[in-house]
Amino acid sequence: MAEARLPLRYRDYCAHLLIPLNKCRHRTITTAPTQTTSSLHSLSEDEQMMKDAVSRFARETVQPLVSQMDEAEQMEPSIIKGLFEAGLMSVETPAKYGGSEASFTSAILVIEELAKVDPSVSVLCDVHNTLVNTVFRTYAGQHLKDKYLPMLSEDKLGCFCLSEAASGSDAFALQTRAVKDGDHYVLNGAKMWITNSAEADIFLVFATVDPSLGYKGITCFVVERDMGVQIAKKERKLGIRASSTCQLSFDDVRVPAANVLGEVGKGYKIAIEILNEGRIGIAAQMLGLAQGAFDCALPYLFQRKQFGSYIGDFQGMQHQYAQIAVDIEAARLLTYNAARLKEEGKPFAKEAAMAKLYASQVAERASSRAVEWLGGVGFTRDFPAEKFYRDCKIGAIYEGTSNIQLQTIAKFLSKEYKA
Amino acid sequence: MSSLRILVGVKRVVDSAVKVRVNSAQTGVETANVKHSMNPFDEIAVEEAIRLREKHGKDVVQEIIAVSCGPAKAQETLRTALAMGADRAIHVKTDDNLEPLSVAKLLSKIVGEEKPSLVILGKQAIDDDSNQTGQMLAGLLNWPQATFASKVDIKDGVLEAVREVDGGLETVSSSLPAVVTTDLRLNEPRYASLPNIMKAKKKPLKTVSPADLGVDIRSRLQTLKVTEPAKRQGGKMVASVDELLDKLRNEAKVL
Repeated sequence: MAEARLPLRYRDYCAHLLIPLNKCRHRTITTAPTQTTSSLHSLSEDEQMMKDAVSRFARETVQPLVSQMDEAEQMEPSIIKGLFEAGLMSVETPAKYGGSEASFTSAILVIEELAKVDPSVSVLCDVHNTLVNTVFRTYAGQHLKDKYLPMLSEDKLGCFCLSEAASGSDAFALQTRAVKDGDHYVLNGAKMWITNSAEADIFLVFATVDPSLGYKGITCFVVERDMGVQIAKKERKLGIRASSTCQLSFDDVRVPAANVLGEVGKGYKIAIEILNEGRIGIAAQMLGLAQGAFDCALPYLFQRKQFGSYIGDFQGMQHQYAQIAVDIEAARLLTYNAARLKEEGKPFAKEAAMAKLYASQVAERASSRAVEWLGGVGFTRDFPAEKFYRDCKIGAIYEGTSNIQLQTIAKFLSKEYKA
Repeated sequence: MSSLRILVGVKRVVDSAVKVRVNSAQTGVETANVKHSMNPFDEIAVEEAIRLREKHGKDVVQEIIAVSCGPAKAQETLRTALAMGADRAIHVKTDDNLEPLSVAKLLSKIVGEEKPSLVILGKQAIDDDSNQTGQMLAGLLNWPQATFASKVDIKDGVLEAVREVDGGLETVSSSLPAVVTTDLRLNEPRYASLPNIMKAKKKPLKTVSPADLGVDIRSRLQTLKVTEPAKRQGGKMVASVDELLDKLRNEAKVL
């Protein structure tokens, strides 16, 4: 690997600032001599085929049910079944467990394409793939992989139970307790804001085995619904209403010790690391949402005439939709780049945070504009724009609030620039 | 029932959802950077082959072979057929423009090599709407044909098909081997699921050239010009049946 020569003036600049060149880490570019570079628009043949397949599934199977699912605040079981049958719930899972064994970018494309039609369906698929499946694939012992990955590929929905009433951003302040009792752990506590929980059968629950150890007591448990998980309350939400978000209560729930995922006391590591990838998934969801909102509004601009012209030809409108298109493209490139960095095994946490932060902001701008561009009809529930606008808000909140993303990015930057 | 091999023809065409435009040279439709996919009638053909296998079992329907004639990108369409469930694929690679007769000749050569008992094609491609290849192929092979099929089944080595014709539905039966062309209502094609798309990578795909098959694919037709149809005028309201008849006879000149 050859280190690219920094341009002469940069060298001088660093000397001028008395920063040793070897500290200017972010400017180091290493490229393998034979590596071909391509645009972030390049997809492998498989990825392109998957994208087309999901796009079709979303249009034909999901689209007709979007509005009624939102009104009823209920995910149609046929959609969940359809997602499993199409192989969309095990994108990266190895074939021996019934998965597609495809790339991480493929999973990202699946989430994006679904979100163009319904961000609720997209998040159901995202949590199951990027949080639940990946935790099993990456951290679980062989016995847990062999038992649960096939179930998660076939028809059992999973969910990720970390947040509690008193611990969201401060995740490690969680209080759900796991007490060892022979060859079982007894779980007591309550979780909040758990996506997919109303329909899930498999719950990844983070609980502490010893509060005095702080975050080093946090352990990840695989809990099955019939071990006694109770839905305490289903939230009524502003957006992604078809996605179930529930409060869960654990009342002396007995979990076999064999269901400790990874090591006791190492659950915090699983949580931090997995949320880095989960971030790219949410970025993809927000990206799809932004694109979906844009796509539902633009054709209208060339159908609606006022004052003798299409409203899409007015310069004020042109500037607005051109700007939003730029924003969406930028969000896309941030998201795809973070995904590719992860695939390449390179550090990606900063880029993942950037992608999620930016994509959620773009989703809000794009969906807000889409409502305006459609005018009065955009404000009615007969058109998809208002749903996208309601759905976008969660992007800045879950899987790490925007402030947390900024914090994460700042931490990386200060490490890079501190002498 | 003795075992059958089914050959399915698939064509890569401009996607049905695309708003096509005539190219600047007026020689055809603009195809550069335009979304392409498998001809919808060919998807129905692949689906029917798979359903026959599902219905009669792998002992009866031994093999499903997908064939496509066209440029390098035709392989994408073959991969879709493999992802849907075909066992292997043959790509007759050529960048030349292919007319139905050329395709029929190429397919007849492949039929000679692969010896299928049933060939299923889409009734027509949505780019040229020729509706000729299936019929010409049957003619070249001297095989029976069941075109515009809305129902297909094989019972004891006999093909039974229901055809959608102008007068209604016609049920025909023939011995095998035979050619079937599919109509819209025959079935609803499945999605290629993601695991099957990945499995399709490992299925064999053979490439041959028209020269390998000894077929002359020179065009017999020359397209002189392609233009867009006249822009649709707004409709007019008429006050009575007589006025309608008058307009149809004297203005539109269709009566």
